[in-house]
Amino acid sequence: MAKHETPLLDQLESGPWPSFVSDLKQEAEARAKNEKGIDYQIPVDVCDDLLGVLELSFKHGRTHWKHGGIVGVFGYGGGVIGRYCDQPQMFPGVAHFHTMRVNQPAGKFYTTEYLKQLCDLWDLRGSGLTNMHGSTGDIILLGTTTPQLEEIFFELTHNMNQDLGGSGSNLRTPSDCVGQARCEWSCYDTQALCHDLTVEYQDELHRPAFPYKFKFKFDGCPNCCVASIARADISFIGTWRDDIKIDQEAVAAYVGGEVPPNGGAHSGRDWGPFDIQKEVIGLCPTECMWLEGGKLMIDDRECTRCMHCISVMPRALRIGDDRGCSILVGAKAPILDGAQMGSLLVPFIKVEEPYDEIKEVIESIWDYWMEEGKNRERLGELMKRQGFQRLLEMTNIKAAPQHVQEPRHNPYIFWKEEEVEGGFGRDVDEFRKHHQR
Amino acid sequence: MEYEEAKEKIVAGLSKKKSKTKFYFNDLAKILGEKPRAAKKFITQMVQEEILEYWSSGSTSLYGLKGVGKQAHAEHED
Ligand code: SF4
Ligand code: SF4
Repeated sequence: MAKHETPLLDQLESGPWPSFVSDLKQEAEARAKNEKGIDYQIPVDVCDDLLGVLELSFKHGRTHWKHGGIVGVFGYGGGVIGRYCDQPQMFPGVAHFHTMRVNQPAGKFYTTEYLKQLCDLWDLRGSGLTNMHGSTGDIILLGTTTPQLEEIFFELTHNMNQDLGGSGSNLRTPSDCVGQARCEWSCYDTQALCHDLTVEYQDELHRPAFPYKFKFKFDGCPNCCVASIARADISFIGTWRDDIKIDQEAVAAYVGGEVPPNGGAHSGRDWGPFDIQKEVIGLCPTECMWLEGGKLMIDDRECTRCMHCISVMPRALRIGDDRGCSILVGAKAPILDGAQMGSLLVPFIKVEEPYDEIKEVIESIWDYWMEEGKNRERLGELMKRQGFQRLLEMTNIKAAPQHVQEPRHNPYIFWKEEEVEGGFGRDVDEFRKHHQR
Repeated sequence: MEYEEAKEKIVAGLSKKKSKTKFYFNDLAKILGEKPRAAKKFITQMVQEEILEYWSSGSTSLYGLKGVGKQAHAEHED
């Protein structure tokens, strides 16, 4: 028998999709039965009360969570998000319902043993509810009480070789695509770079000193499986400088229908025979492909490495060999100022250990943003406020054609004195030799 | 600046403000008159010594003198 009546939540279960409401009910029931005989360290009815407070919020049309808190583990200014219910008498099980963010492994590779350990820990000391994974990438452990925080942290760090992730005005847990571990399109080892920077910037991850959140995301190629271009303050997107490798025989096999396009995806419906002109050449955003005597040609100087043609014909087209990444900056969700995609800052950089060049770019950006960013201003907003040129100056990067987004619509050029040979001063006598008063 | 001096400045600076108990990192750096990186070293040490404490909304972090402010009482964490 459910502890609280939840007619509004029940309605959410009626649609065609799996519902989190069903998951919560299942966990509530499992905890009530406690078949494993767990010595629960937080209220056994935490999930029931979570359903109860959610139902009440639906009814009232407003939240019953208070805003934020001072909780954390000693020495860390992130990784724990304090949540308190403002109706603790009605829902004592969620009077404290803190979230813990756990730094997911690069590429999100787990052993079943690790996952079991994590679940056991969370059944014992938390609500048993998790979110795998949160939008930043972390393992999210939902709902525990203050006295449990240090216990959980000890267990994670001492017995599971596991650290907390970032939250608040910190570097957020860096997150990457699966990369070279499984993907032939990965232009650099995303996991190596993600892991290296996570370790290098531990202080930034755990001790908040930024104006606001700051995210790194790593995509091995422009397919952007972790959507770095849309979400990260600094996105590292794999690319290559030389030519796309073409296997003309395989191209012919695609055209002849011997190999299914898109690696066989979208095959749930009959799309008719593969049409290379319509599906590949005609969709190339830079119109740099054509057929010549049955052969596929690419003008690689014009190609933006969008990955479309390679994704459609993976057997025929391969990424080039001179690989590295592009660095884009300033993407963010629409909190203050509208959503923003990343702007290209470094067109190409080699990704080689110990990544010193990359770290130089990162640290110059931080120095700039930490000094000039207003409170709660993301890097993308600072760039908009002060202009891209200012970012180039602060990072010591020379303007390049790739930085140009559109033809300029302002006919005036603003020169700074140091950019003009001889400065703004002039020799009046010399001037008067040629011009009368 | 020496750590002791930084500590005095922060404690005096934050105690002065009666209506506010939570502060952005930048506010603290301003009180110290230091660049962010230098300020961070002092501030981190003050957290270690439990003179300051973190407050977080989840998306933003603030700092306050330990135990000061409504929230500490309301949540029985003081
Ligand atoms: S972003 Fe590119 S390299 Fe990474 S998993 Fe996706 S397709 Fe592969
Ligand atoms: S990668 Fe994109 S831009 Fe380059 S040739 Fe293929 S479709 Fe065109």
